[in-house]
Amino acid sequence: MSRRADLRLFVLRVVVVAMLATLFGRLWFLQVVGGEEYAEAASANRVREVVQPAPRGEVFDVRGTPLVRNRTALVVSVDRSAVVRQPDGGRAVLERLGTVLDRPADVLRQEIRPCGGGVQPPCWRGSPYQPVPVAEFDAGDRAGLMKVLQIEERREDFSGVTAEFAAVRDYPKRTLGAHVLGYLGPISLEEVGSPQYEGVQPSSLVGRAGVEASYDQELRGRDGVERLIVDHVGAVTGSDGETAPRAGDALVLSLDAKVQQVVEQALQRTIDRARTLRARGSGLPLVADSGSVVVMEAKTGRVVAMASYPSYDPAVFVGGASPKEYAALVDEAQGAPLVFRAIQGAYAPASTFKVISTAAAVESGDYPLDGRYPCPGVYPPTGQRNFDSAPLGVVDLRQSLVKSCDTVFYKFAYEQWQRDGGNDPVAEPRDPMVRMAQAFGLGERTGIDLPSERRGTVADRAYKQEYWEQTRENRCKGAENAALPAERRRDNREFCDDGNRFRGGDATNFAIGQGDTLVTPLQLATVYAAIANGGKLLEPHVGRALVSPDGEVREIAPRVRSTVPVSADVLGYLRDALAGVTQPGGTAAGAFAGSPVAVAGKTGTGEVANKQDTSWFASFAPVADPELVVVGMVSQGGTGGTVAAPLVREVYDGIYGPGGTGLSKALPKVVP
Amino acid sequence: MSSYGGSVHLRRRDAGLRERSMGVDSPLWRLDWLLALAVAGLVGLGSLLVWSATRQRMLDADLDPTAFLKRHLINAAIGLALASVAALVDYRSLRAYAPVIYVLSCLGLIAVLSPLGKTINGAHSWIVLGGGFQVQPSEVAKVALVVGMAMLLAEQRDGEDGPRDGDVVMVLLLAAVPMALVMLQPDLGTVLVLVFIVLGVLALSGAPARWIVGLIAAGALVSVAAVQLGVLDDYQVDRFAAFANPALDPQGVGYNTNQARIAIGSGGLDGKGLFQGTQTNGRFIPEQQTDFIFTVAGEELGLLGGSLLLGLLGVVLWRGLRIASRSKDAFGRLVAAGVVCWFAFQSFVNVGMTLGIMPVTGLPLPFVSYGGSAMFANLVAVGLLQNVHLRSRDL
Repeated sequence: MSRRADLRLFVLRVVVVAMLATLFGRLWFLQVVGGEEYAEAASANRVREVVQPAPRGEVFDVRGTPLVRNRTALVVSVDRSAVVRQPDGGRAVLERLGTVLDRPADVLRQEIRPCGGGVQPPCWRGSPYQPVPVAEFDAGDRAGLMKVLQIEERREDFSGVTAEFAAVRDYPKRTLGAHVLGYLGPISLEEVGSPQYEGVQPSSLVGRAGVEASYDQELRGRDGVERLIVDHVGAVTGSDGETAPRAGDALVLSLDAKVQQVVEQALQRTIDRARTLRARGSGLPLVADSGSVVVMEAKTGRVVAMASYPSYDPAVFVGGASPKEYAALVDEAQGAPLVFRAIQGAYAPASTFKVISTAAAVESGDYPLDGRYPCPGVYPPTGQRNFDSAPLGVVDLRQSLVKSCDTVFYKFAYEQWQRDGGNDPVAEPRDPMVRMAQAFGLGERTGIDLPSERRGTVADRAYKQEYWEQTRENRCKGAENAALPAERRRDNREFCDDGNRFRGGDATNFAIGQGDTLVTPLQLATVYAAIANGGKLLEPHVGRALVSPDGEVREIAPRVRSTVPVSADVLGYLRDALAGVTQPGGTAAGAFAGSPVAVAGKTGTGEVANKQDTSWFASFAPVADPELVVVGMVSQGGTGGTVAAPLVREVYDGIYGPGGTGLSKALPKVVP
Repeated sequence: MSSYGGSVHLRRRDAGLRERSMGVDSPLWRLDWLLALAVAGLVGLGSLLVWSATRQRMLDADLDPTAFLKRHLINAAIGLALASVAALVDYRSLRAYAPVIYVLSCLGLIAVLSPLGKTINGAHSWIVLGGGFQVQPSEVAKVALVVGMAMLLAEQRDGEDGPRDGDVVMVLLLAAVPMALVMLQPDLGTVLVLVFIVLGVLALSGAPARWIVGLIAAGALVSVAAVQLGVLDDYQVDRFAAFANPALDPQGVGYNTNQARIAIGSGGLDGKGLFQGTQTNGRFIPEQQTDFIFTVAGEELGLLGGSLLLGLLGVVLWRGLRIASRSKDAFGRLVAAGVVCWFAFQSFVNVGMTLGIMPVTGLPLPFVSYGGSAMFANLVAVGLLQNVHLRSRDL
């Protein structure tokens, strides 16, 4: 053999050895270095986790009446990823599905698109990997079952479409308490795996509003997982063990369905009646666009009934609300029925606030409880008028509440403002009324066990400063804007110059619950509960107890947030004065003539810019040993005495009157 | 040849004695037994792996779980018979047959492109013979190319160090025909094996270095041009792209390689046990009994089994190289070298593919993968090695 060939044979040997060494090295790397990782991958490959959904806990009222149950329904879902992968992009399947379900295929196509990335509704808000429910039929709906049967029989024509029995929420009392109960919605991609939704599978529904949201963790239980062994096409070849699902807890509410029924009916009737009345001043028919009633136990803060008008049917969320349905629920023009006005509507409290002004005036030490004060038609220093301009002469504090005199409170507020330095405030103003409002929990959430509660506003010095800073630039421009009328320009100029100043008028407005101070009906209920119960500011609750699947009952204890800085004498005086409001001579005397229970309360008529008055009545009863607090509010509903007071009266009649519901104290026996 | 030790001379003398004592000197005694045992080991191991790869899917389909195993063993038996012929046929007549084999394989390759051809598993490289039999002429072409090139390059030797340029050109033309035909199927993997054989045989023939370097450069140029000009089918480009980045399309092109790597990686040091592979039994790897047979070894027998397999391949290559260097003439050396290049390259590409370091090209693992034509061709090639070995002993 030539030397050249010899050399090349040697090169070939080297190449062969190098190749074998490379293969061995790589093999060692894969199996020894990466072995564990690949073993996990192999396990993930062959094991499919199948979720066995835990039955969601049901919701009962305080008498054990079911308010939210589960029922079995056939849910038709479309697996978008499977459908769009078809050669024609799923067109044929969606056409066929549209024909069977009697819905346009284009709409189905839109509904299964994932939202986000500029996609506007209709679109799917849940996980893109989750089959999208497009139709839901009750297990007893024969026509619906026939449709589903068509899909099941022609499986090959409906590739990517599934029809499965699933537990869905059912509302035996229909729309009753809809806002409190809330609804479910699919968990979003971002929420999956977050601590709040630990253990929740991507395909699950979670609470989105009401107690469904606030007690979601307890209601949802824990899904079971079965580990199935599958082959490359996903065919099941065995099982690798399972964890059983754990049903969610049942939730017993403090809500009383019977009282709730009374309240919702009263609210509906009041709104209807208000719309036949005319507004004070303008004489136009009352709009009465919305309203709310809160019925709360005065000593515990347990909510017995809580209603918001307009309301909605929570069943629209079963199987997913269509985009059109959802839009209607939040449309302002249709009254935004989804807004829970008891905790999400904030309104000027008007004269119902005077209990706080009175307490502040007395507790500040400036004005004795037994003092007598002038109630002229007009308060000269500010030129502000009494509500109906009628002078009442010299009155005591009781009379100023019973008759709802404004000028007495103007005097207190203005003089206290002057003592704080007036337009040139001292370094640390006392602001007794602001402090008292804050002590009664205004401007803070009550902490009720419901989501998305509003704080409301206490229009104090800091608020004015902040508001001025935020709007000043615009207003200063407006001061120079020649296109505006001279009056507007002057206003803008004043605001631009010193709009942050807490003026005497701000103080007097504050004292009668006008201006920018806003409260929710529930906040006002806690204020009146504190007066009724001897000074305890309560944390309201709608949840009364949780009952685990094995029958263990966990009561949700009432909680006192704080004690208001008002002496027992003053509180007793206020209770007595408020009791006079419903008596002859009081602002709510007409509404409460012949009441089955002695009611103490306060009317309020809130003036709102560019809108009709907000009608308020905040109350508690029985006067001797207050049991309940009832607050009624009708937006654009006229005066407190003519609309809200009769509303509240109707509620008391429904509870205490002949054939009334009474109240249920004992915890019901509930079997989850 | 000065490196040979005295013992070899001694054995040669013994062999002469035996030859003279009639009968005792049958070729059986003089075979390269290490080579034979390594090949037997590979075939045996391969049978187990083919069995394991197909057992579950046959059970799932309510079919005989040993059907593939039986056919594999029958293939091996036929291959053994063919190998015996290749080993025992006279050296000179082998040269005489070379043109015949060459022409036959080219005709077969043409037939594949005709309506007689059939596509199996995405490769249009089969001729159906009827009765459930089919052959893959490209496997025959490997044998034909080895023998044909060896014949042409070995004849041109009279005192020169290597073939002249004219001979090289002629050999390249000879090789170009089957390569072009295989390329038309298209079977890129087999073309690459043929290229490696041509390079190896040319180099070992002592052809001028400029040819070797030039051919490698030309090959590189052609590859780049092929990708740039879109001569390759999309799926071929995709396979290379997926090789470079398997995460590109885990459900599509990259699926096989991903699953293969998971299978092998999860085998660990000593594997999950024969028939116990979850990836194998779950049928996560397509083509597992053919192109991806090594994944069964990796998953079920682990690093130990995989190394054993590589070791046996190493023994085959070592013996092939040894036979090449000990061949008494250029023809034998070139045949042996051609076979070594073929086995080495094909094994490296096949196992490398399952390990994710080579692109997916659809080449079977010699002696181990299921498939008749490849088994026959491989065993015939071993027969040729033995033939060369037997001649070298005759010195």
